[in-house]
Amino acid sequence: MNNTTSSLPEEEWELVKEYRRAESLREVYLTGSKMTHYCPGCGHGQIHRILADQIDYLGIRERTVIINPVGCAVFVYYYLKCDHIQVPHGRGPAVAAGAKRYLSYLAKQRGEPEPIVISYQGDGDLACIGTAEIIHAANRGDNITVIFVNNAVYGMTGGQMAPTTLPGQVTTTTPSGRRVEDTGMPLPVSEMLSVLKRVAFVQRTSLYSTAEIRKTEKAIRKALQYQMENKGFTFVEILSNCPTNWKMTPKESFSWIKNEMTKYFPLGVFKDIGGKEEKA
Amino acid sequence: MGERIFIKGNEAIAKAAVLAGCDAFFGYPITPSSEIPETLAIEYEKGNLPIFLQTESEIAAINMVMGVASCGGRAMTASSSPGISLKQEGISYLVGMELPAVIVNVNRGGPGLGNIGPEQSDYNQATKTVGHGSGHMVVLAPNSVQEMAEFTMEAFNIADRYRNPVMILTDGYLGQMKEDIVFPEPRVEHYDKSGWATTGAKGREPHIISSIRLSHDELEEHVSKTLKPKFDLMEKKEVRYEEHLTEDAEILLIAFGTPSRVVRDAIERARAKGVKAGLLRPQTLWPFPKERLRQLGERVQAMICVELNLGQMVDDVRLAVSGSCPVELLNRVGGNLPSEVEVIQKIVEVANRLGVTR
Repeated sequence: MNNTTSSLPEEEWELVKEYRRAESLREVYLTGSKMTHYCPGCGHGQIHRILADQIDYLGIRERTVIINPVGCAVFVYYYLKCDHIQVPHGRGPAVAAGAKRYLSYLAKQRGEPEPIVISYQGDGDLACIGTAEIIHAANRGDNITVIFVNNAVYGMTGGQMAPTTLPGQVTTTTPSGRRVEDTGMPLPVSEMLSVLKRVAFVQRTSLYSTAEIRKTEKAIRKALQYQMENKGFTFVEILSNCPTNWKMTPKESFSWIKNEMTKYFPLGVFKDIGGKEEKA
Repeated sequence: MGERIFIKGNEAIAKAAVLAGCDAFFGYPITPSSEIPETLAIEYEKGNLPIFLQTESEIAAINMVMGVASCGGRAMTASSSPGISLKQEGISYLVGMELPAVIVNVNRGGPGLGNIGPEQSDYNQATKTVGHGSGHMVVLAPNSVQEMAEFTMEAFNIADRYRNPVMILTDGYLGQMKEDIVFPEPRVEHYDKSGWATTGAKGREPHIISSIRLSHDELEEHVSKTLKPKFDLMEKKEVRYEEHLTEDAEILLIAFGTPSRVVRDAIERARAKGVKAGLLRPQTLWPFPKERLRQLGERVQAMICVELNLGQMVDDVRLAVSGSCPVELLNRVGGNLPSEVEVIQKIVEVANRLGVTR
């Protein structure tokens, strides 16, 4: 364990400046086609690509296990060339806790490097049905990385209200807009987790601009590096879009993230035990 | 090993798990099963159990078991009735994902919070469903502290053999009572899990452990061509039961767990009163010894099920004998156990009614 910063010199980001396929990304998906199962314009594809790039960069593909949630990202395993466990709704951090402990035990016995366990989850999965699991995994300081994709809506089931839905936002279960009096406010998970002592890293990023995508890349890389260094629980919340259920074009959806979502979900680093706090 | 020790049922389960090569235990406190995590916490601190965690919930515990099982480890969780209800989703996933695991249910009184007395009211939950969906698991039913230890050790082997969860269904009496036992020499079966375990895709194609099969045909194929033959094989190979005085029995009693101990004594005393009574004790509740019961049903005058619920196993006995003899029920609930006298009275009453007394 060291407490020095892991922020990377700019030249290391040259890697992703020209287009190439991430080696950790399948060329032909397990569906048998090059088409993704995600809707046009959906942010999951970008996030998968970013995750694959960082796994490549860190050279950890062969020791990474990805926990697949229930939700649109149930099929992460179609796309990333790692081992995968598809788990019950919201229970990703618990499955990760078990998997990580056992794989670390095996790795120590065999003198192998730290295994990497990533729980990839959406907002219904993580911030609603899985609140107990995420809070306790964070509080224990489980040495795992959670990628939290927040798009303010239940996507897979057809656009119902999520715990992260904005006040007034129209969904299929809030036809006149989310009423705070009935259903509360958008749940600020990053802020909540950042107060827990054993959490190593929490950052909220977005996908709405190239600069934000770069921040997302850096955040995921840092989270995975911390896990490699056994620094504890790392969490990256990504404000993503859902053009289908928001009934917007992809372009409009990114503007909505920038102009509306960030009012309730400010971007930035909420916790970083590794060094200097980065300003969003 | 070989040494006779005086030990609680729950402690026997915990120590047997360690002897069986359990890699990880996850659990949440609940009476009357808490001695299992308590004993394993000590074993963990002694370095005899690699992974132990008291979890935030019953749900987290079964899902952590899933995580270890996915990576090829031997994992166990233990609870009591309300906690087992919470684990049902996870158990269903384990079946769908084809993962081995050992789940202990120290059955207490229900429904709801009920009480902490012994019951067998989770019989249907254990034998008829594995949460949602079509599935089965082997359910082992010990009736002594000795069997608590033996069945726990065997449960890990059965789970690995079929890549399927196994339940030990015991009750509050057996969990809490102390008896002297001898731990058997562990007989750990080793199965190669390298073809499916998620240990990192090093030099091989990625492994995917999942229970989702979106296309109707694919799910049908999984359930009927992969899971069903396994369930059939378990039914064929894993039925266990014990018989006592059944050779010439005219009245056959069927009981498992704690009541079977009362019944065993009662049939001997009923014989002194001139009724030829016998006992069939299922040691597996699923698969159920239905073929043996069918055979006995053609020979005996009547059967009496003694169980600690409103009558659950009795349905399986009736299905097995398919009307070839009358099947009666003697039951208690709420944490109560039928006394030996009650059982004898029931045997004599049935015998007199059917005219089978000497």
